[in-house]
Amino acid sequence: MLEVTGLHVAYGGIQAVRSITFHVNEGETVALIGANGAGKTTTLKAISRMINAVGGDVHFCGEKIGRIAPHEIIRKGIALVPEGRGMLPRMSVLENLRMGAYVRDDKAGIAADLERMYGYFPRLKEREDQLAGTLSGGEQQMLAIGRALMSRPKLLLLDEPSMGLAPIMVQKIFEVIRNVAADGMTILLIEQNARLALESSQRAYVMESGEITLNGESTALLHDPKVRAAYLGE
Amino acid sequence: MDIFLQQIINGLVQGSIYALVALGYTMVYGIMGLINFAHGEVVMIGTLVSITVTSTLAAAGVPLGLAGLGGLIAAMLVCMALGWSLERIAYRPLRGSPRLTPLITAIGMSIVLQNLAMIIWGRNYLTFPPLLPKVNFEFAGAHFTLVQVAIVLLSAAMMGGLVFLVYRTKLGMAMRATAQNPAVASLLGVNTNRVIAAAFVVGSALAAVAGVMVGSYYEIAHYQMGFMLGLKAFTAAVLGGIGNLAGAMAGGVLLGIIEALGAGYIGDFTGGFLGSHYQDIFAFVVLIIVLMFKPSGLFGEKTGDRA
Repeated sequence: MLEVTGLHVAYGGIQAVRSITFHVNEGETVALIGANGAGKTTTLKAISRMINAVGGDVHFCGEKIGRIAPHEIIRKGIALVPEGRGMLPRMSVLENLRMGAYVRDDKAGIAADLERMYGYFPRLKEREDQLAGTLSGGEQQMLAIGRALMSRPKLLLLDEPSMGLAPIMVQKIFEVIRNVAADGMTILLIEQNARLALESSQRAYVMESGEITLNGESTALLHDPKVRAAYLGE
Repeated sequence: MDIFLQQIINGLVQGSIYALVALGYTMVYGIMGLINFAHGEVVMIGTLVSITVTSTLAAAGVPLGLAGLGGLIAAMLVCMALGWSLERIAYRPLRGSPRLTPLITAIGMSIVLQNLAMIIWGRNYLTFPPLLPKVNFEFAGAHFTLVQVAIVLLSAAMMGGLVFLVYRTKLGMAMRATAQNPAVASLLGVNTNRVIAAAFVVGSALAAVAGVMVGSYYEIAHYQMGFMLGLKAFTAAVLGGIGNLAGAMAGGVLLGIIEALGAGYIGDFTGGFLGSHYQDIFAFVVLIIVLMFKPSGLFGEKTGDRA
């Protein structure tokens, strides 16, 4: 579904992502793990056109999307839950969710999806009229995921959903991510918490200094001695 | 007491005009953090276009009311096109550059527009055709005219329309999202370039209406009239908290009333040493006080937080 070939991104003279190639098949959850600064977020930003790649191609559902306008990405069916959650802080929870459906016009479908999001995240229903900026970190992460799903994407990109959250909240968020995946969503997940990411995905790529150094089935990587030593703290 | 009520009424009228112009400053600032100092000139162009169109139509035998409406619509269309072009030509190429750069460009555009207006309409004062019959009302000893009533009602309607646009339409939602986080708005599918252009166009339409109001209130117009009006409206926006719509409206009306009361009483307070022609100082005294003691303005949120 998503094919990234030779993607190269640089900030000034710094090579953040060096010619990486990977793919995500329809219906699977793929994790991209690695240490801070390995280039994971940069990769997601390049796919979602928040930044320009220097080289390489990105194909989505057979269509080349590496040069389209940033606001067209979501219309192609790719929704990003950005690093830091990307709240619209002075809009209510409901307005943030409605902004998620900005590209849609089907009122009935939007209303049904709102209910679906409240099903995933009952807490958001309780906070419907509260300003997003006043939510807790975990609630904001729920809202960010719910908002991304409101566009009815074909592919969901998640950037560090566990960042800055209490362990119990991390468990809750990942429970929802697994539910969303079980409902058929294709997901590309970026995480520093390698164990959690590998446990929630079918396949994974390991990134180091802008390059993919390892890839395979998540269960296999969980038992790989190098991964265990470098990322699982064993 | 009569003077007090009279000056409140005068201030309300002048303040409604400030508010409409202040909204243009505040919308653009809220969305892109730019103070568009050429906005006062957009008002001036609105006044001058409406004079030309109204007088031409009137000379061709169109009834004055209808000619005035034609002048208003023409002024709105010209100003909307002007606001769009300003953003496109002067500000968009500078997106992402340091804040001082577009600010200097804005001052440059203001000078360009003044000179353009001087070339087209000349250096002399132009008289604005009286659009409404001269009807006077009296209330508790204070006098006011039909023009004043029309100005207050029309600005209230325009402001109501703007609030509806910003809080009840999809474009308004996109505008607020862009103001709060342009990168995220874009991820959600908002074409932020179009939203920014729309903010200029809508602000310029309000400026055009304000221009026609100023013209019909003072019955006079001049290519330099936008400068002082623009500065005062900017003061009103800062007073209310720049970037905040309600703040611009309240700041405008408040500034108008402060000015009118100041002009009404300055003679008494200084024993006749200073007269009402010193009324301009009040706006800037207010600006200085706000900047010293509450730079975020009366309704402003914490610094760096734009609406």
